[in-house]
Amino acid sequence: MRRFATAFFIAAAMLSAQWGGELRFCLRSDPKTFNPLLVEDDASETVRYLTGGVLVRVNRFTQQLEPELATSWKISRHGKTITFQLRHGVTFSDATPFSADDVAYTVKALMDPALHSATGDAFRSGAGTVETQVPTGDRITITFPTPVADLARLFDQVPIMSARSPKKEMAVLGPFVVSKYTPGAEVLLERNFHFWKTDRTGRRLPYLDAIRLDIQQNREIELARFKRGELHLINNIEPEVFNRLAGQSPSMVYDAGPSLESEMMWFNQNPNAPLPEYKKAWFRSKNFRRAISAAINRPDICRIVYFGHAQPAVGPISPANKFWFRAQLKSHPFDGKEALDRLRQEGFRLVNGTLRDSGGRPVEFSLITNSGNKVRERMSAMIQQDLEKIGIKLNLVSLDFRSLIERISQTSRYEACLLGLTNVDLDPNGQMNVWLSSSSNHQWYPNQKNPATPWEAEIDRLMQAQASTIDRDKRKAQFDKVQEIVWEQAPFIYLVNKNSLSALAPNLQNAAPAMIRPQAYWNADNLVLAPAQVARNGQ
Amino acid sequence: MKRARKIAIWILAAVFGAALLANLFAPLPYAMQFRDFISAPASRQFLLGTDELGRDRWSRLLYGTRISLLLAPAAAVLSSVMALLIGGVAGYFGGWWDRVVVRIIDIFLSIPWLFLFLIVRALLPLNASPLESVILTFTVMGLLGWASPARIIRAGAQSLRNSDLVLHARACGCRGWRLLLVHIAPNLKPVVFAQFWISIPMFILGEASLGLIGLGVAEPLPSWGNLLRELENPQLLMNNPWTLAPLALLVLVVSCLQFVLPQKEFAA
Repeated sequence: MRRFATAFFIAAAMLSAQWGGELRFCLRSDPKTFNPLLVEDDASETVRYLTGGVLVRVNRFTQQLEPELATSWKISRHGKTITFQLRHGVTFSDATPFSADDVAYTVKALMDPALHSATGDAFRSGAGTVETQVPTGDRITITFPTPVADLARLFDQVPIMSARSPKKEMAVLGPFVVSKYTPGAEVLLERNFHFWKTDRTGRRLPYLDAIRLDIQQNREIELARFKRGELHLINNIEPEVFNRLAGQSPSMVYDAGPSLESEMMWFNQNPNAPLPEYKKAWFRSKNFRRAISAAINRPDICRIVYFGHAQPAVGPISPANKFWFRAQLKSHPFDGKEALDRLRQEGFRLVNGTLRDSGGRPVEFSLITNSGNKVRERMSAMIQQDLEKIGIKLNLVSLDFRSLIERISQTSRYEACLLGLTNVDLDPNGQMNVWLSSSSNHQWYPNQKNPATPWEAEIDRLMQAQASTIDRDKRKAQFDKVQEIVWEQAPFIYLVNKNSLSALAPNLQNAAPAMIRPQAYWNADNLVLAPAQVARNGQ
Repeated sequence: MKRARKIAIWILAAVFGAALLANLFAPLPYAMQFRDFISAPASRQFLLGTDELGRDRWSRLLYGTRISLLLAPAAAVLSSVMALLIGGVAGYFGGWWDRVVVRIIDIFLSIPWLFLFLIVRALLPLNASPLESVILTFTVMGLLGWASPARIIRAGAQSLRNSDLVLHARACGCRGWRLLLVHIAPNLKPVVFAQFWISIPMFILGEASLGLIGLGVAEPLPSWGNLLRELENPQLLMNNPWTLAPLALLVLVVSCLQFVLPQKEFAA
């Protein structure tokens, strides 16, 4: 009944939607670029999302691919060629007409090695050049030198640029256009009057006149401004802030369920690390890692550190990722007995409350994390107490982020680390740099010349196989095996998946925060700002 | 004023006493997490309530006070001795030695403490126990905190060098290190004591500042610094005003330390 009422109010709000209004929210930093092909930071990604027009878009709510500037598309059987049928009557924000030539121009720029585009890297599956054919103005065929996995979805990240406009990347096909940028202060996006989308009644979108993005690093100031009504939304808020806001005005906060973000810890398994040999032997032992995993009370971490707005993590893929998540796997259960059993198998013994290895040495190690992150500090304090119960002494060290990164990626002078991983990509190819043993981001033992263990060799094989497989279900089967190996071997001890939490002003209508980025404003073209006295969803 | 000083001494004695006998006064271990009682209000079981991990605030306050009140004076001793040696010798001998020391003091005072501390902290061994880490934290603070008092002690030594007292001692044949140790150093005592007393609250607040950014005393050991981190949450403060207890104690102790300092030493 409540769902029906909500749907009714959303529909009613859409029918009565008014044009106008300026949506305000914060960016954490200045955008580093307005060139959509060079985006690497969050702020630039926000601007790209709100201004860029793409051929196809992953619906952040359903996670299904939907047509945008392309009305249909077809991938060849061997997975190297994709053909897009383009929408008619579309123009850029400066009234330049949109055609297949613009797509060809964008693809050429994207794949230009001199541009060093991170977005373009996702398309590079092998050596060779990318070819485009434009048989008609509304049709384009793009041929890659080798098969590209999940090719159509990759175009979600590629805003089409104009080949002819003198405004270059500032001529856009998205709902908004950059009208003013004051470094350190704000980015003002104004409505693109040439945006092609209309609502059900035929009214041209977006509803909003403008979006003002205030550049604000301090989250407390952001929160205070939101409470004063100066901002309309906060994307991706911390659980503590969420809880605080929920206590004051429950209708202003929204928990969309598990996000793609995960928190995990891992042990340094690098044989060249300046650590005692016996400690390296502990960290390389699967039973030791699994024992630590079993000794950690994840439900307590979710309840206490995240105030219930998190789920015990299972593996590298969050349950938020509907297609790729291996639903048969469950989070390692909290079981002190299992932990001690596994440790006994490796020759560890609990003597007078202290765990000792087969050589009689007490088990003690340090866990580093970044300073100033209250969530991680609390989490590590809880892990410290959990491990104390099985006789392990854990020393916690907070380091500034730069020192921490230097230790884990350069000097290898650490024993265990607690950090988070933010996935922006639903596709497992986005995690290639983590799982390949030769990669520098293979945190527990980076830059391996040859895989150090058989299971790492198997992960390498499966990751490479899925990257060159076209059939999505086959890829899923291959990546499921990767998830199973990671679950079994626990090179990363996954702890929690934080929920996607947002704060929305009561007068912001049609908002339906999703689990994946950009959570609260993924449907920015449909957002409506009602007069302040009207509550969200008509309530 | 004398009465206020007496009261301050009694308060300090009581706080020091309670902190030293924390084992007797603390009803629960400071690190024990009562996970079913997180952020609990004050009650008979938890006199000041519990923190966000369910640890007894009263026990943590007692142990935290012990750490802050024992180690801050120790760091103050270290910095005062260094300041006396470096500043006193520079002021007394003068010349090129004085010029070099003044430049070093200037450089030390211009270094942003926080960044220096970040670097030093990053270089320290990781596997230090919480107790070792807290000792290291205060030692580093003591080693870095000598420059400001050294400048004042140097000025004091310089004025003593030209005083009638030293002139008279020289006339009597007293020279070099004997003059420094027998006539100059004892007369610098009020200045050094004043610097010592001033340094204590400075180190307490310094550790509290480091605690606020997560770089102070390592978990699970409590200190005033990491206890004060709870004040970052204004909601918690409104629901449980007992979270203000560490702040109130800090203000009380720092104020009492100011009263305890004899006025003539202040004047020095």
